[in-house]
Amino acid sequence: MEAFLQQIASGLANGCIYGSVALALVMIYQSTHHINFAQGEMATFSTFIAWALVQAGWPYWGAFFATVAISFVAGLLIQRLILRPVEKAPVLTNVIVFIGLLLIVNALAGWIFDHTLKSFPSPFPKDAFFASRYFNAHAIGSAAVMVGVLLALFAFFRFTPIGLAMRAAAQNADSARLVGIRVSWMLGLGWGLAAAIGAVAGMMVAPIVFLDPNMMAGILLYGFAAALLGGIDNPVGAVLGGFVVGVLENLLGAYVIGTELKLTVALVLIVATLTLKPDGLMGKKVVTRV
Amino acid sequence: MQKLLEVSGLNAAYGATKVLHDINFSLEAGQITAILGANGAGKTTTLRSLCQTVKTTGSIVFDGQQLIGKSTESVVRMGIAHVPEGRGTFTALSTEENLRLGAYVRADKAELAHDMEKAFTRFPILKQRRHQQAGTLSGGEQQMLAISRALMLRPKLLLLDEPSFGLAPLIVAEIFRIMRTINQEDKVSMLLVEQNASLALDLAHHAYLLETGKVALSGPSDQIKNDESVRKAYLGY
Repeated sequence: MEAFLQQIASGLANGCIYGSVALALVMIYQSTHHINFAQGEMATFSTFIAWALVQAGWPYWGAFFATVAISFVAGLLIQRLILRPVEKAPVLTNVIVFIGLLLIVNALAGWIFDHTLKSFPSPFPKDAFFASRYFNAHAIGSAAVMVGVLLALFAFFRFTPIGLAMRAAAQNADSARLVGIRVSWMLGLGWGLAAAIGAVAGMMVAPIVFLDPNMMAGILLYGFAAALLGGIDNPVGAVLGGFVVGVLENLLGAYVIGTELKLTVALVLIVATLTLKPDGLMGKKVVTRV
Repeated sequence: MQKLLEVSGLNAAYGATKVLHDINFSLEAGQITAILGANGAGKTTTLRSLCQTVKTTGSIVFDGQQLIGKSTESVVRMGIAHVPEGRGTFTALSTEENLRLGAYVRADKAELAHDMEKAFTRFPILKQRRHQQAGTLSGGEQQMLAISRALMLRPKLLLLDEPSFGLAPLIVAEIFRIMRTINQEDKVSMLLVEQNASLALDLAHHAYLLETGKVALSGPSDQIKNDESVRKAYLGY
């Protein structure tokens, strides 16, 4: 029983990370209906930036927020410079661009920061007051960070004019232009946000798995599974999906299929969701009267 | 009176298909102008040309500025609001959020609440639907919402694409009555595209008749209404 609860707890801890990655994917999917395959590599690169800043003597939280800001700007620039020219192109063109981006960012990370494993600090001391029997300090801390990100996003989309404009642009681009919203910039903002969320996910996962250019490859797959399971257009669904995937992965890994085959859990979930319930558990069905 | 909009030699095309051929027309400030014509005559495309959502050549001068080559967003910022074909409702957002979006480019956010109240006075049903998802509104309510959303811009020119489309005659009568009030009280100039010619001619001061992408006839509404050929072809009596 003890071990079982331990497995669930560490599943929830991992789920946090998967949820963040899923959230980043949803951010871009909502406005463009594309899945950004380079999301994981972008997050890894952001984490390297944070690592470099910490190495240079920056305090952790200084490096954290600087990295989030840099990632936001980088995400915005990637959309403006690389994706805008193919905005109206078919899906396949976009997919190819995403894959190209994935390879380029991955290679850049390897070239600049090399391929040796690096340890990345956790901002939460091991003996913090909130550490408990089942959850270590980092698990609780990163969960809190993710909840914070989620609340901030919710407030942004719900209460600010720009957030409302982004929702409008995602939903009905033609109409959005007719009320004067610069839709293309809204897509850019979406990319910026996604990159920033990815950066947070990367910095939260790095202390657990060590930092190297392929750090996020597997995690991105779990992120996909989480986003699909939760409903690819629903931020809250994405986070819940993350927890479900995290727990399932851990339990199945420990008791059924063994740890070597854990990644197949993500793949099976992806296929199962797409065949059985393509909208996901919380995917939105918009009611329309015509 | 001063011309608000001056269109000359306007051509528009979807890909290789030319839809408008050398169109000329103008709008007087403060007036309602109607564009009439059969299906496929180019009425909707004329409105889209003004908003630059279709490829155009020629000249469109609004308020002294050339519109051709500008982005749709910039045209809107100059004070042209468009109620598009199909109403352009943001279906997943609430009625209130739809109205807020209408005022997105305005700098005077303080006046926003006042204008929203005004919309609710004109169309009280919208107040009841305030927090409801806009996609669940009836066709008539969505049309009222679309007009109100466009007015939130405080436009100099309001473009209306078939506001009567698919609505019950009673609702249409109410909407047209309110459009007349809006024109009189707020001095909003309107360019109205309609298939229902007699309805449009009753509301408008001036009318243009489009036939396969060309202006076939123009004049004050009364004159057009009494034109023998128009009456036979479009009014049906």
